[in-house]
Amino acid sequence: MTRRLILVAAIVACASAMAQTRAIAPADLRSGITFAGDDVRAMQEDEFGNPGMLWVEKGARLWSEAAGSDGKSCASCHGDAKTAMRGVAARYPAYDRVQTRVVDLEAKIADCRTRHQRASPLARESDDLLALATYVAHQSRDLPIAVSIEGAAKASFERGRAFYYQRHGQMNLSCAQCHEQHWGKRLLRETMSQGHGNAFPAYRLEWQTLGSLQRRLRACLFGIRAEMPAEGATELTDLELFLAWRAQGLSIETPGVRR
Amino acid sequence: MADSRVAVPGKIVRGQPFEVRISIRHPMETGYRMDNAGKSIPRNVIRSFTCRYNGDLVFSAKLSSGIAANPYLRFFLTAADSGELVFEWVDDAGTRGSDHAAITVGG
Repeated sequence: MTRRLILVAAIVACASAMAQTRAIAPADLRSGITFAGDDVRAMQEDEFGNPGMLWVEKGARLWSEAAGSDGKSCASCHGDAKTAMRGVAARYPAYDRVQTRVVDLEAKIADCRTRHQRASPLARESDDLLALATYVAHQSRDLPIAVSIEGAAKASFERGRAFYYQRHGQMNLSCAQCHEQHWGKRLLRETMSQGHGNAFPAYRLEWQTLGSLQRRLRACLFGIRAEMPAEGATELTDLELFLAWRAQGLSIETPGVRR
Repeated sequence: MADSRVAVPGKIVRGQPFEVRISIRHPMETGYRMDNAGKSIPRNVIRSFTCRYNGDLVFSAKLSSGIAANPYLRFFLTAADSGELVFEWVDDAGTRGSDHAAITVGG
């Protein structure tokens, strides 16, 4: 009886794994940097010349800087980020039991700051939050993305997937039409990438600064003349989770450099 | 705003040129852009940059609107003795920034 139950459980597990087959096979996954020119690639790979490292450095300083009424820093609880934060960014977005919702890395850091440090909240896309998120994500550099889409995260994942395949805006385009069906082809002078977020927060030359994945997603929606959800909106977090799942296996490059 | 990163080689040979790299966090606002309300955003670029070696001016640069945000400067120096390089810059808003790096000269 027990054996039969295990067998049934194994079949169910297989079936649910098969239902989650990714449109781009793991062997064909390509980071956005492989679509970039030699100059951008060289800029990202140069540990000193990569402008995103300025935010990593600022994040390192903020990590051990006391904030809030209790005078606690991130390091007071977490210790050395190099060991404590290694691999953390690879698991985000993730379901947060305290907030009872799926949060991305920025939202998790912002919540930790108000809840545990009792410090003034950091606005999304603010320089300090970007610096901390970049510093934390940088500790997972070269580690493969591995998010959970099971259990409490499943509903968010499904919403993210629906958003990804839904046509949006005046151009009536879905994310999949460019990044799944036509990646590698040209859109004017750009080569369309597979649309992975593994380099974010990333320094974007067009922005002349570093920005989050949500900023990039909003810019993409603007490009197809669609309504942009507000920064931190559930739709964007759901989409981030779906994107992380479809990028599983790709290594984190934070801080990446993109055009 | 005064964030910067400096890189100098660990070992410097007396009289031999060595590379100095500095990257400064700065928006380098061109002065040609408008904000969402159509109002002109005032220019704010790092105007002048200097590098002193034990007090002597050894490198300077005048920057302008044509330089991208977060400027990255790279130049070569020669040194006779160990000492300190001091980098200083000032932008249109009058904000001053500085950084320094110790150099060790051997051989």
